Amino acid sequence: MKSLQELAAIRDKMRQTVSTREAAHDSTRVVVGMATCGIAAGARPVLNAFTEEVAAAGLTDVLVTQTGCIGICQYEPVVEVYMPGQAKTTYVKMTPDKVKRVVQQHLKGGNPVAEYTIGAAR
Amino acid sequence: MNVLDIAQNSVAAGAPLTRITLTIDHAAGWQTLTVADNGKGMSPELAARVTDPFCTSRKSRKVGLGLPFLKMAAEMTGGAMTLESAEGVGTTVTATFRLGHIDLAPLGDMAATIAGLMQCNPDKDFVYTLTVDGESFVADSRQMKQILGDEASLAEPQVALFIRQFIEENSAPLLNKGEEVL
Repeated sequence: MKSLQELAAIRDKMRQTVSTREAAHDSTRVVVGMATCGIAAGARPVLNAFTEEVAAAGLTDVLVTQTGCIGICQYEPVVEVYMPGQAKTTYVKMTPDKVKRVVQQHLKGGNPVAEYTIGAAR
Repeated sequence: MNVLDIAQNSVAAGAPLTRITLTIDHAAGWQTLTVADNGKGMSPELAARVTDPFCTSRKSRKVGLGLPFLKMAAEMTGGAMTLESAEGVGTTVTATFRLGHIDLAPLGDMAATIAGLMQCNPDKDFVYTLTVDGESFVADSRQMKQILGDEASLAEPQVALFIRQFIEENSAPLLNKGEEVL
């Protein structure tokens, strides 16, 4: 069973990557809408999936976080990706299944997955 | 159960520390959920109206369903919800549920709920205490931050993933106790 002391090992492993991140300055942010509407539509499994896939891909300059209601409840779960040097990408009706491709193609490869974006949904 | 939604109220109230306590007592037949924060609290007028779905402090729309849903979920099982709040001190919401009642809502993924709160609000603290028939497990973000120091944040995916698995693995034996009893 996992004990809290294992956190120390994670910290030590991350120590090596922190310096490179500070040099890069801007990190990518994945923001999941987690107001009542988002949670009801399944935002939490999406947040979990992003956390898992980002960790698995070894991306150290990506933060996965939440925000309140983005204002387009009919498109929830909504995920916004802020990548330095890129316009904001808004993914709609996200599911844990779609997350892997977003992580690989967008967060890792730098190319947004057009078919999952709000532009394609309208 | 809408625990995440209720705990988000505490975050929105600016609470530096939110305690989420879930106590399951099979012998007595009750499950108690408490969300206690030291946020800005509510005026007596607001506290009296807050289970009205058409009462909310937000500006974007006129409904607030978090507490009304929790109250309904508790009362549907023969339990109750109480709310204590003092301005500048904080708010404590307590909901009791009758175990084994046909209308008892499933707890849902509590590990993901607590881990998500810690991950998404790394500048706030959360203490989750799960007690089943007298046996407890505690996940305290303050302890985690002490271990991590300045070198890693709870918002890091690697750290967040560990926290979820840590809570999941340590809660499972306690929550499984229930299945043997019921």
